[in-house]
Amino acid sequence: MSDLTEQWRERVRAAAEAGTPQQVRGGGTKDFYGRTPAGEVFDTRGHTGVVSYEPTELVVTVRAGTPLAELEALVAERGQMLAFEPPHFGAGATVGGCVATGLSGPRRATAGALRDFVLGVRIVDGRGEVLSFGGQVMKNVAGYDVSRAIAGSLGTLGVILDVSLKVLPRPVAETTLRFALGEKEAIERLNDWGGQPLPVSASSWADGALHLRLSGAEAAVRAAERKLGGEVLADDVAADLWQDIREQTDGYFANVAPGEVLWRLSLPSSAAPVKLAGRQLIEWGGALRWLRSDAPAATIRDRVAALGGHATAFRGFDRAGDVFQPLPAPVMAIHRRLKQAFDPAGILNPGRLYDGI
Amino acid sequence: MNIAADPVVLGEQEADFSSVDKARVVEALARVLPAGALMYDAEDLRPYECDGLSAYRQMPMVVVLPMTEEQVVAVLKVCSEIGVPVVARGAGTGLSGGALPHKFGVVLSLARFNRILHLDAHARTAVVQPGVRNLAISEAASPHGLYYAPDPSSQIACTIGGNVAENSGGVHCLKYGLTVHNVLRVRGVTIDGEVVEIGNHGLDAPGYDLLALMIGSEGMLAVVTEVTVRLTPKPQLAQCVLAAFDDVIKAGEAVAEIIAAGIIPAGLEMMDQPATAAVEQFVHAGYPLDAKAILLCESDGTPEEVAEEIERVRAVLEASGATEIRVSRDEAERMKFWAGRKAAFPAAGRISPDYYCMDGTIPRKRLGEMLEAIQEMEGKHGLRCINVFHAGDGNLHPLILFDANQEGELERAEAFGADILELSVALGGTITGEHGVGIEKINQMCSQFTRPELTMFFRVKGAFDARGLLNPGKAIPTLNRCAEYGRMRVSNGHVPYPDIPRF
Repeated sequence: MSDLTEQWRERVRAAAEAGTPQQVRGGGTKDFYGRTPAGEVFDTRGHTGVVSYEPTELVVTVRAGTPLAELEALVAERGQMLAFEPPHFGAGATVGGCVATGLSGPRRATAGALRDFVLGVRIVDGRGEVLSFGGQVMKNVAGYDVSRAIAGSLGTLGVILDVSLKVLPRPVAETTLRFALGEKEAIERLNDWGGQPLPVSASSWADGALHLRLSGAEAAVRAAERKLGGEVLADDVAADLWQDIREQTDGYFANVAPGEVLWRLSLPSSAAPVKLAGRQLIEWGGALRWLRSDAPAATIRDRVAALGGHATAFRGFDRAGDVFQPLPAPVMAIHRRLKQAFDPAGILNPGRLYDGI
Repeated sequence: MNIAADPVVLGEQEADFSSVDKARVVEALARVLPAGALMYDAEDLRPYECDGLSAYRQMPMVVVLPMTEEQVVAVLKVCSEIGVPVVARGAGTGLSGGALPHKFGVVLSLARFNRILHLDAHARTAVVQPGVRNLAISEAASPHGLYYAPDPSSQIACTIGGNVAENSGGVHCLKYGLTVHNVLRVRGVTIDGEVVEIGNHGLDAPGYDLLALMIGSEGMLAVVTEVTVRLTPKPQLAQCVLAAFDDVIKAGEAVAEIIAAGIIPAGLEMMDQPATAAVEQFVHAGYPLDAKAILLCESDGTPEEVAEEIERVRAVLEASGATEIRVSRDEAERMKFWAGRKAAFPAAGRISPDYYCMDGTIPRKRLGEMLEAIQEMEGKHGLRCINVFHAGDGNLHPLILFDANQEGELERAEAFGADILELSVALGGTITGEHGVGIEKINQMCSQFTRPELTMFFRVKGAFDARGLLNPGKAIPTLNRCAEYGRMRVSNGHVPYPDIPRF
């Protein structure tokens, strides 16, 4: 447990003055994500420790370099969890990297995304100022909600020092059901269920099989299980299944062929099948569709935009280009000005999100 | 203009708009608006002089009531060109003066944007115009077994546009979240007249989370013209537990114990004895009047789920020393339990000519300290205070009772409120949980944030509104103001120049 706030502030100040780009990096488990990393490595793993954990307040405040696994183990001891089930993508994942990438796992569609659980952050901005936004309470509307905007900003607005996250109790009961369904039927069924008060906590469809996880009170899970039918998976099989989806160690993700790109398509949950060449895995009640495809990026982006969503080239793409869906000009202009506001020298993970940002 | 170094843009000093020429503004707006959408005579402007915080009043220069997005674009372009402040307004139910007009500015009312454009029951989304009332969304969704979860107490009147501006909450946010958790997308117009789409109908959007910045931005970043909300399946059943305690601290501990037991109730509210007494004589909810505090704990879900949770809640409350526990036997009784809590504000209005509602949020474990301090403040300021509390999420609503017709009472109420807010910050909380900063709590922002943090807020605003024309003077205090307020504070409660108007 050590506090490197002062060292980091000095380092950013010096880098801003010299104009030296910094590649802010935790365990490097998500190095693959976003555009090509640039700059000298700013290793965040020295700034570690749980600043405070109040299980009855449902809040934990933790330094960015703390291993994500350590944080999850700590809250699990008190029967709690990070409800957004962040992917680690490797053994060394840190809390800072988790927040900076803003990625959420299987529970996201019903429990909320990482950004929904961010209550506050402390950052070093690109001027070397230590700034604190949000706090440790559930409801807080004082000032702009900068802390949620830091989530998912890929370290381009500031170096995250520490973050306060809302934690939730682990569900008492959990079960996973399997249904043999085609893509169209699965999407339809998922949206039907989404409109009913059912304790759905995750879903995954691939190759004609839909898996549905139910979590909650014992009585609610059993009642839903009876109502929905399907084949009940053994607990250990189910746990492995969701772990493999969350960490992308499932065969679908592990076997991306050379020349194929793994696309992450974010769509309205009820959007029709995307009808693009390649294999799909559908999560989040239909709102997240993974696509392994060698189709041209423009084809994929246009199709997804027409369906009201956006596409991210998640793995296997030329990272010098646009990894994230290009933004309309007025929105891009706001992005550039925000980057300028937080990091006027352009030294923090430059170009990781968009060209020049 | 060098924006990066401009003292107004950086929030060092307030902008001066006194040279805005009303005749020129009226003439320019008349060119882009149909008859009936533009008002500038005093009697027409009067209804807009305040919002729900009526202690603060200011007549605007002009009010516009556009009907289409094109008209909003045109109005903003005119205002941007001439350099006129713009204050967007929904139903005007806000409690922090966020929609208080600017003396030299235009009030842009979204009242005519009152249509639900599209409700997709299968996707569980509704696309609505900003002037649609919060409750109207739930009513429209109801036939599909859906509703819009955030339920601020003013939900029959307040609009979704105002909810977006304030990031409104309600009594069910611990389980169902705030506005920021239930809005997928907003479409808005920047001060330059650019239409921007922020968020989308999926669960995330590319780039920075501008949606998070927009929600709760108090009309300072863009004017919202369309909102997509997420709809939630209606729970099959809700049941409420009422528990009485002979000690406020014990009640606070019971709340912590419920959470520690792994229960996230749909609602968890607390009232102190004076608040209970005030509402009981008003609505006769049957509350135990000898209790020092009562808790209302609501459980919702399937009948099986609710039955299981209620039993667990009951066990925790018994172990926490509740002197009485009642479980609602039917919907009528549940509504009766809630009637008192929901009538807290009107009840305060009945026992006192005026009341002043505070909105600090604190870590729950500090509740005892806060309530003791409030008792002392009652003595210090010579005013009574009744306390209602969104106990589940630590959001406290002390209602300070006063009579504005009594010399000095308003000022004492404001000083009382300022003490509570500053203590909220000192206890590790925030000055506002759900009502917004507006004009009301702007000085206390100086206590909650450092100078570089306030400057960053101004820079964020500058990224959307470079010249600071949208709702200037609200939410984020200038450094000048903080310096002035700091001087006021060090003078130990003796406010200099008591005769000048003070916001």
